[in-house]
Amino acid sequence: MAVTGIILVLFLILHMLGNLKIFTGETSFDHYAHWLREIGTPLLPSTWYLWIQRTVLTVAVVAHIVSATVLAVRARAARPVAYAHRRKIHVNYAARTMRWGGVIILLFVIYHILDLTTGHLNPQGDPANPYGNVVQDFAADRWYVTLFYTLAIVTLGFHLRHGAFSAFRSLGQQTPKGERRARAAALVFAVALCVGYLVVPFAVLTGLVA
Amino acid sequence: MNLTLRIWRQKGPEDKGQMVTYPVQDVSPDMSFLEMLDVLNERLILDGEEPVAFDHDCREGICGMCSLMINGEAHGPQRGTTACQLHMRQFSDGDTIDIEPWRARAFPVVKDLVVNRNAFDQIIAAGGYVTAPTGSAPEAHSTPVAKANADAAFESAACIGCGACVAACPNGSGMLFTAAKITQLSLLPQGQPERYTRVIGMVDAHDEAGFGGCTNIGECAAACPKGIPLNTIGRLNRDYLKATAKRAGTPGS
Repeated sequence: MAVTGIILVLFLILHMLGNLKIFTGETSFDHYAHWLREIGTPLLPSTWYLWIQRTVLTVAVVAHIVSATVLAVRARAARPVAYAHRRKIHVNYAARTMRWGGVIILLFVIYHILDLTTGHLNPQGDPANPYGNVVQDFAADRWYVTLFYTLAIVTLGFHLRHGAFSAFRSLGQQTPKGERRARAAALVFAVALCVGYLVVPFAVLTGLVA
Repeated sequence: MNLTLRIWRQKGPEDKGQMVTYPVQDVSPDMSFLEMLDVLNERLILDGEEPVAFDHDCREGICGMCSLMINGEAHGPQRGTTACQLHMRQFSDGDTIDIEPWRARAFPVVKDLVVNRNAFDQIIAAGGYVTAPTGSAPEAHSTPVAKANADAAFESAACIGCGACVAACPNGSGMLFTAAKITQLSLLPQGQPERYTRVIGMVDAHDEAGFGGCTNIGECAAACPKGIPLNTIGRLNRDYLKATAKRAGTPGS
């Protein structure tokens, strides 16, 4: 879980930084999007790097889901008779919503690829003009898209808040002081990533990016 | 105080079991929780009914026998306290209290509130000891141990093996128990020779016993009557990673 999670988190950071290029203007953003297809050239043929990255990410996502499923199945098998009365004493919303949160994030990722990668669910869907695709996508009259996007990103934030700490712990973080730092770092990271992803649709919504 | 108890009654391992309601009158707030159950049982015996079976031994919070899920919390509402040290002043007149046994596949119910915690013994048997004959207590300074390590080892050694961590864990995992038993040895010089075979053996025994996997939620440490901290699981993880890198496939000592 930890290793595949870290691969996906590294991608999330790069993806967020790429998104923020939208504030540098249409030409710059479209040029960046085009450059993504040219990374590694002339060593690699055009778009090869992109496909290598997509393969790595797909393997990581599948491995992440398989590990999570194994844990969920084991958890279910470990308690065949449920409690009649159950109270959660340790309030940790993020840790408790990891599984269903993960499912929501997966559904969002599928929608997100059909929307802004393949363009099938995008109102413009022009691969040559990603800036326009984003602006059309988060237009004010398509508020439900922005709403779903926001919910998905907040779910991702909760997922990362526990996930980032849990990755440190799984990889051997072992002191109480380190635990406090790891939890704080996970919280700051989750909030920063949420903000980084949410400024784009809200900038479009408020007309800052048009 | 007058209370209404809803207690899990199960005649034997094969019985389906159900929650049964019992009113209890004139409970003193100074009684311990187990004394309150004694009062109920004495009345049940006088009435010719089968008394409620529950585990108990020392009644001073160190033997690890009591295993009651009280109102959905392992050992009841008071933190850092076993059910035997819980007093009725924690409850109010007229309360309804639900009492259930630990719920885990690895802890099958023997009768009523008594569960079989043999799975913990299997984990210990898979490496939770040192094989070197240690004799009587050595002179304290003959083997130097850093104070921080001695304190952390002692903190883990406080585990009484009651199983509250398993009972509280949403995954039904016994990792806090396993981690405590590994940490108390891995931080001391006597535990070093078998350090890396121990962790593999004990984690394998844990998984084979039918416990769930740990997802670092932290419910176990919150429920632990002895305050075993969650970071002991990190110590286990680090030893496990080192062990699998060094001696992958070696069975437990």
